[in-house]
Amino acid sequence: MIRDALLLQLGYNATLVTLGATLLGMAAGVGGTFLFLRKRALVSDAISHATLPGVALAFMVMVTLGGTGRNLVGLLSGAALSAAVGLLLVSWLGTRTRLAEDAAIGSVLSVFFGFGIVLLTVIQTMSAGQQAGLEGFLLGSTAGMLRSDALVIAVSAALTLALVLLMRRPLTLASFDPDYAVSIGQNVRRTDLAMMGLVLAVTVVGLKIVGLILIVALLIIPPVTARFWTERTDRVVLISGAVGGLSAYVGAALSAAIPAVPTGPIIVLVGFVLFMLSLLMSPERGVVSALARHRAHQRRVHLRQGLLAMAQGQPIYENMTLRLLQRQGWARPDGVPTELGRGRAARALRDESRWQVIRSDPAFEAATAQDDGLTDIETVLTADQLAEVDARIPKAEVMS
Amino acid sequence: MSGAEFVPLSLVPLLTGICVAIACALPGNFLVLRRQALIGDAISHVVLPGIVVAFLIGGTITTLPMLLGAAGAAVVAVGAIEAVRRLGRIETGAAMGVVFTTMFAGGVLLLEQSDTSSVHLDVEHALYGNLESLIWLDATGWSSLLDPQALAGIPVELPRMAATLFVVAGFIALFWRPLKISTFDEGFARTIGLRTGPLGLALVIMAAIAAVAAFDAVGSIIVIAMFICPPAAARLMTNRLEHQIAWSVGFATLAAVLGYVLAGYGPLWIGLQDSVSAAGMIATVSGLILAVTALVGPHRQRGSAAPVG
Repeated sequence: MIRDALLLQLGYNATLVTLGATLLGMAAGVGGTFLFLRKRALVSDAISHATLPGVALAFMVMVTLGGTGRNLVGLLSGAALSAAVGLLLVSWLGTRTRLAEDAAIGSVLSVFFGFGIVLLTVIQTMSAGQQAGLEGFLLGSTAGMLRSDALVIAVSAALTLALVLLMRRPLTLASFDPDYAVSIGQNVRRTDLAMMGLVLAVTVVGLKIVGLILIVALLIIPPVTARFWTERTDRVVLISGAVGGLSAYVGAALSAAIPAVPTGPIIVLVGFVLFMLSLLMSPERGVVSALARHRAHQRRVHLRQGLLAMAQGQPIYENMTLRLLQRQGWARPDGVPTELGRGRAARALRDESRWQVIRSDPAFEAATAQDDGLTDIETVLTADQLAEVDARIPKAEVMS
Repeated sequence: MSGAEFVPLSLVPLLTGICVAIACALPGNFLVLRRQALIGDAISHVVLPGIVVAFLIGGTITTLPMLLGAAGAAVVAVGAIEAVRRLGRIETGAAMGVVFTTMFAGGVLLLEQSDTSSVHLDVEHALYGNLESLIWLDATGWSSLLDPQALAGIPVELPRMAATLFVVAGFIALFWRPLKISTFDEGFARTIGLRTGPLGLALVIMAAIAAVAAFDAVGSIIVIAMFICPPAAARLMTNRLEHQIAWSVGFATLAAVLGYVLAGYGPLWIGLQDSVSAAGMIATVSGLILAVTALVGPHRQRGSAAPVG
């Protein structure tokens, strides 16, 4: 069943929804990246909560006009409108009053959501209309989706993704180097506005699939995940889009195949798994590699200290040092240096003496900057420089 | 409206709403000033998985395990946000977004997977709460307030919220000076030997306690609104922290009372039959209060942000 779902064998509706979700996930990943780079990740939280009163109002208007209130395009238009109002209020509160942006975000999201709930309770008492379609907007629902709904989602997700790809250059520039963007005549304010419009579009399209509470996750988790894998903006955008698309694809397929697995939450959880893998495993910023680097550094420090102690004829008591020296074959189990160990110890001591010389000489300032107590001086200075340094070391200290 | 009707039906929800509003607004003042306003949002989202897990383990929906589960989830979330922030070197907002959305998603999934349909546990309830259902059946009128027998039957949410309010207010009164100093000048607070880290954590835990206690009675949305809106509105009214706290308590009370009354009776005035969500209405009113202060508040501009003292 799961394999069928992953291979898009579960029928027309499910396939459309899965493809739509994938496109939406890619658009959210890419759009969310710019939000993340501009340090505005949580603005999306306000935008998504602000869609609720719009959905409810659109429903009420459509019912008043004599429809069933289930028209997806109508509901999404309402969502877009009220989210836009919420977004304007966030930016107005953040710039025109002295409230910080987080307070602006929090107040807009809670008040809009609260008002939306008031409207929902009004709708519950309305006799006409089928309110069944509305509940899905909180947490997303693909169950019982009409064919036309699925088509709307797939098409609008594709359009959103196309929009993101179209605008990626100015967006990238404004996100990473706003000063430079201004200097080449780009209107950064307008770009920011476009970015918000994009996030708005992603949010509204995502309502029916992941729901208004969880669409935030789709905008935040992929870029954060992508950030672990690269230092370059353009690649963050690409990887983030891929992570978003993959999460949505796998999540939507799982939800179609397994009963009682709601789409929104499972998509978010798949994204979180990718995030955790990246947090742990990424080569540069990952926890595992950081631990490994830390261990390697620790070993080098212990070895170095052990060698220096050996060179000066001091006994070694520290267990880890002793173990490391033994493993290298530089010391016997009782701590007595081997032949090989004596040679290495002498080299370490000579290295230390050389560092001592250049540390006190301003002519070597550039080289001294690389002195961390571990780096071999031979990797920093040329042979000629070394000879010069050696000539200045008091003879008694040189052992070879 | 007579006491015979008001006391059993509306007194308890009204007082509970006021207690919730003030208990959330008090720590909210510091959270807003410290730019941690969204902590309330994060906490209220992660409370859901806590409650679900507590239910799955305990098998009942009695209050104490649920409160413990919710509080545990809040602590886990704060720890996880900090871990993601440090381990991944990610800015706080994004780290919060990752953690609370994931925990919320996990909660919803657990809820759908487990058979909880037989009990009163669903996402809508968690979001909106049900302030209106806190009916005091044993009350007959104002005299019931002096009748020990009737008082014994008062909905447990009210005394619980009152106790929470007492704890939160006590914390703020007790740590007033260190809280104030560390909020406005963390560097200075550290140089005079205040332990700002544990103090900040204690503040977040206080907020979590208020949120969790309020959650069962009134739902999460009003909690988020009360953490932010009254303090934010109060901030636009004054430059002094003492006055800001006072304003926020006033605004919170006003929102609770006006919101409750509008939800219960507003629809009747415009000819509708049924009341609307009280929690939603209270959040809405608090937003309207903020809107008014943002338009006319004496200290609404950034330029007027003289040192508060």
